[in-house]
Amino acid sequence: MIKADPAQPEVTARSDSVTEAVEPRASRSWWRLIALLFGALVFLFPFYYMIIGSLQKTQNTSLSGVLPNPANITLQNYAEINAAIGIGKAIINSGIFTGGVLLATLVFGILAGYALARLSFRGRGLLFALMLLVLTVPFQLLIIPLYVLIARNYGLANSYLGMIAPFAINSTAVLIFRQYFMQLPEELFDAARIDGASELKVLIHIALPLVRPAVLTAMLLTFIGPWNEFLWPFLITKQQSLQPLAVALANYIDNVAATASNPYGAILAGSCVLAVPAVALIIAFQRYFVSTNIGSGVKG
Amino acid sequence: MTSVAAPRAHKSGAHRSAAQESTARRFGRAVFGRQPIGMIFGAPYLLFIAVLFAYPLGLAVYMSLHRYYFTAPGVNVPRPFVGLSNYEAVFADPAVRQAFLNVLIFLVINVPLTVAVSLLLATALNAAIPFRAFFRTSFLAPYVTASVAMIGVFLFILSPTGILNTVLGPLAPVPSWLVNQNWAMPSIAIYVTWKGLGFYILLYLAALQGVPKELYEAAAMDGASWWHRLRSVTVPGVRQVTTLVTLLAVITGANLFTEPYLLTDGGGPNGKSASPVLQIYQTGIEQNHPDFASALGIILVIGVLLIAGLQQLVQRRRA
Repeated sequence: MIKADPAQPEVTARSDSVTEAVEPRASRSWWRLIALLFGALVFLFPFYYMIIGSLQKTQNTSLSGVLPNPANITLQNYAEINAAIGIGKAIINSGIFTGGVLLATLVFGILAGYALARLSFRGRGLLFALMLLVLTVPFQLLIIPLYVLIARNYGLANSYLGMIAPFAINSTAVLIFRQYFMQLPEELFDAARIDGASELKVLIHIALPLVRPAVLTAMLLTFIGPWNEFLWPFLITKQQSLQPLAVALANYIDNVAATASNPYGAILAGSCVLAVPAVALIIAFQRYFVSTNIGSGVKG
Repeated sequence: MTSVAAPRAHKSGAHRSAAQESTARRFGRAVFGRQPIGMIFGAPYLLFIAVLFAYPLGLAVYMSLHRYYFTAPGVNVPRPFVGLSNYEAVFADPAVRQAFLNVLIFLVINVPLTVAVSLLLATALNAAIPFRAFFRTSFLAPYVTASVAMIGVFLFILSPTGILNTVLGPLAPVPSWLVNQNWAMPSIAIYVTWKGLGFYILLYLAALQGVPKELYEAAAMDGASWWHRLRSVTVPGVRQVTTLVTLLAVITGANLFTEPYLLTDGGGPNGKSASPVLQIYQTGIEQNHPDFASALGIILVIGVLLIAGLQQLVQRRRA
């Protein structure tokens, strides 16, 4: 997909290119592998332990508990967490929350990114400055006024709209769109405009197909935000039937866990379900997770 | 550029007459810009920023300067202007001071650890290594996973009878990590560092790939040691990322919520792992002092912006 795309060669491919071949190889590369293997162990062990723990019939925190023991394996923990928080409903809530954000970011974020990159209009500088400000000021610091506004003034507590609204357009995604649109050659746009194409047509038929990898990158980044978000949906949804999985699981950790027969087993079962979609996406699309984009997104 | 010269010339006749006839259009262009449709494209985003960023920010300032309560909808209570007294209350509050001290502890652990480990792993990754995609993916996995999910495992690992204490045996701290006054905040800091490393490894990897190979070659030719090359080529080459780590660490520290809320059960023990955002939640929502919480939020916003601005300044001076 990347190779078929003439406008995108370097940016997406760079992360996998290898620049350093200076060192005398044989003597030097062993430490790299050891460091990387050790790193991978440290990063992956908690995931492995999450799965093992979620399958234990009785908690085993000794060293032998690290290895799967066929006599101690059960799916009971999954049933238990499902009975407590309704996993299916919670996943649907997470899906609606995340889907709403993705959709709004896809539509309005691309429009804004295109305008910022390619159109000269009054107020562009202001819009750009505001975007940078949004990227710098952490969302969490505005939760009190947002809560007043959305829950109290607009009465959107316990609603999907109230959950989605503050995240609706992901500014990092807007910045990514802008950067990729800016890299396209000006001639392309001149030619299309002279042929009388409207800006919307230029955007949809010419610019957008050329930045498809950027769209995927931005969507991945946008996905992990609401899917993993805890604080805001936690504030806004007190009704359990509306809570996304992260909130439902956190409430379970906070209150209910003490009453379960194997509390950690149930918690870990919920953790596995919550972790799977994001981890699956990163495995499938890891090459689209390009540092340059993410970096520029947070640099502001 | 040259490629479009022909079609442009082709249409120039019509173009010129059109320009002559409408000074109105030229006026419009001066006021709205060359492609005023950009205003329409940008409008939804602008509206979003106005309603869900700028207005709340203004409201926060307003609330922080008044005595403000949550009331049932429709009930009108007086909300008198109280000047800066909310801010004074924030600065005088020992719990707030403890929270800022906790952020400082977080920074002292997070920044050096992040820089050292992610630079090491990025350097290791920046070569023809087998299974590169596997390593990249495994480093990123914690970063993309919900903190709530990872906290589930770490509660298990760090519990008093958990596997870490089993391994440590008599070396395990008493009381255990998350309920120990001295270890609660460092535990959170190490957990958060671990979770974010993958992201910084990617940043450093990109920066390393921008360092010209010739510099390493020249250094190698001069017989520079490994340490010397690291100090005089690698570290200056990735300085931008290192400054960025500091800024992001400040933002992360100011923002901690999920971890103290769940890992240490509300910033315990004794507020030794509380964070400013946790206090915003506790005072603002739980104790119905949104005015106090807003003042704290505004102070944090100003703090973050000051540090971000300072950093821009330093970076520009260096460049």
